[in-house]
Amino acid sequence: MKSFLSIFRSLVMLEKTVEKCCISLNDRSSCLVVQLHCKYGVRKTHNLSFQDCECLQAVFNPASCPHVLRAPARILGEAVLPFPPALAEVTLGIGRGRRVILRSYQEEEAGAQVPPVPGPTDSTVKAMMTEMSIGEEDFQQLQAPEGIAITFCLKEFRGLLSFAESANLPVSIHFDAPGRPAIFTLEDSLLDGHFVLATLLELDPHSQDLGSSQLHRPVPQLQGHSTPHQDDFANDDIDSYMIAMETTVSSEGLRVLPSVTLTPGPQRHCGPGPHSEEEDNDEAEPGPVPGTPPPKKFRSMFFGSILDPIHSPQGPSPVLAEDSDGEG
Amino acid sequence: MKFRAKIVDAACLNHFTRVSNMIAKLAKTCTLRISPEKLNFILCDRLVGGGVSMWCELEQENFFSEFQMEGVSAENNAIYLELTSENLSRALKTAQNARTLKIKLTNKHFPCLTVSVELLSMSTSSRIVTHDIPLKVIPRKLWKDFQQPSVPDADVSIYLPVLKTLKSVVEKMKNISNHLVIEANLNGELNLKIETDLVCVTTHFKDLGNPPLASDDASRDRDPAEMAEVHVDIRKLLQFLAGQQTW
Repeated sequence: MKSFLSIFRSLVMLEKTVEKCCISLNDRSSCLVVQLHCKYGVRKTHNLSFQDCECLQAVFNPASCPHVLRAPARILGEAVLPFPPALAEVTLGIGRGRRVILRSYQEEEAGAQVPPVPGPTDSTVKAMMTEMSIGEEDFQQLQAPEGIAITFCLKEFRGLLSFAESANLPVSIHFDAPGRPAIFTLEDSLLDGHFVLATLLELDPHSQDLGSSQLHRPVPQLQGHSTPHQDDFANDDIDSYMIAMETTVSSEGLRVLPSVTLTPGPQRHCGPGPHSEEEDNDEAEPGPVPGTPPPKKFRSMFFGSILDPIHSPQGPSPVLAEDSDGEG
Repeated sequence: MKFRAKIVDAACLNHFTRVSNMIAKLAKTCTLRISPEKLNFILCDRLVGGGVSMWCELEQENFFSEFQMEGVSAENNAIYLELTSENLSRALKTAQNARTLKIKLTNKHFPCLTVSVELLSMSTSSRIVTHDIPLKVIPRKLWKDFQQPSVPDADVSIYLPVLKTLKSVVEKMKNISNHLVIEANLNGELNLKIETDLVCVTTHFKDLGNPPLASDDASRDRDPAEMAEVHVDIRKLLQFLAGQQTW
C-alpha cells in the first residue's frame, strides 16, 4: 500500500494539476499501472508490481450481532485520547448505569488474578491503567446489556476513527460475545466501510470486571478489503470499477480476487445484484459530501470484486475471524 | 493509610500539572510525601548520576479544595509513596479541560494512586477518565532518606536571568565542554564560563539583582564585586533547566 499511497501523497499537488487518473492492470508484466493525466499534457505513469496472493475471506454479518452502539466519530475519537500511544489493546464495554467504558487492557501474566506477592518485583514498573467512561446520552444508539465487554486492538481502532473523524461519519460497532469478531461500520450516501476486528476470547467465566479476560492470543484481524476511500466519485467516462463491500449472510462473504481485470464497457457494476451492496454509481454526479474534498474528476477503485456466483471459486472455506487454535 | 484530595479550580489544576511535568522531566521515579499540611515531591538521585536531588513542597490548601489523609500511624502521620513520575504527568494531561480532579490512594490488586477526572463535556452527560497509577509504599525505616535537605549558607545569592535565555546559552555551551563554571557576585553579575584547550567562552549577565541578606548573614562583609564560583556538570544543569516551564 505504501507504494500506491505514495503516488497520491500530495493532495494539494493532485488538486492543482491532475485532470484524470487511470488505473489499469497490465497482466503481462504483472503491474498495476496508475496514470495521472496532468495539466499541460504531462502524464505520469507509475508501474507497481504486484504478486498474486491468497486472501482470507472474512465471513461476517453485522446484522447477526446482537449488540450495537453508534456514536459520532468525534465522541469516540475523544474517548481514545487519554490512552497512551503505545497501548496495544483496549476493552470496550457497558458498565453500571448504562455508561460506555473504554479501558486499557494489560496482558496479565498467568495467575495474576491473585494479588501479586510483595517481593523483588518492582510494582512501579507495572503499567498505568486508564479508563474512560461516557454517558449513554452521547451515543446515537446503544443496544447492549450491562456487563458485556470486548477487547480489541487499539491501533486499528484509532486508525479507523481518524478516517471516520475526517469524513465526519458516525461509527457503528456491532459485536457479540468476546471472541467473536467485532464489526465497525461507517456509512454515508457514497460509501460503506466495514472493519472487522478480532476480539479476545474470554476464558474465565467468572470475570466480572470489564476486560479482565485472560490472554488468549488474538487473531491477526481481518480487515477485508473494504477500506473505503474518501474520494468523491465523478461519473461517466471511465472504465467500470468495482467496489468490494460486505455481502449478505447467504453468500460466501467477501470475495477478493488476487488480480482484477478492468473491462471497459457500459458503466454498471459487475456483480450479483442481490448479494452485493455496492455504491449506486448510476446517479448523476454527486454533490459534495461534507467533510470530503470536492468532487474530482477521477475515481478510486477498491481492489475487490463482487463475483457472479457462476465464476465463484469452488468451495471457498469460510474462515471466521478467530484464532485458528481456538474453537469457533 | 488513607488519602483523598480534590481539585476544582482550573488554575490550581494547571499549576499542579505543571509541577508534575517538571518532575517528570527530571527523573523517572519520584517520591511523593503526603502529610496533613503539605505535599512533597522528592527526588534523590544520590547514588546514580552524581547526586542530583530535588525537594518540592506544595502547601496543600493552595491546590486542593478537599484534602484528607491518614498516615501510617498517629505518631508518624505521613505517607511516602514511590511512583513513576511520567505516569502522574500523563494522567494530569488528560485533565486539561476538567471540571474536577480527584486523587486517592487505592488498592486494586496492588497499591495505586487513582486519578479521576471529570471532563467538561459538550453534551449533557459527563465524561470521566480514571487513571490507576501503580506505586510502591515506602516503609518507615527508609523515611530518613527523604528529609528536607539543608541548604548551606551561601556566599552569594543572586536572581537568575530569564530561564529560557539561560537554557539556550547553556545548550550551546554543552557542545563545547562538559563542565561549566558559574560565577556570581553581590552586584548582580553572573557569568557562565567554559574553557577548553581551543576556546574559552564567557556569557555575562548584568543587573540581575540579589536577594536581600538576612541580618546575621556572614556574607555581609563580603566585597560585592568579588565573584564566587562553582563548577557544575553541564548536562545536569541542562536537565534542570529543561524541566522548568515558562511560567
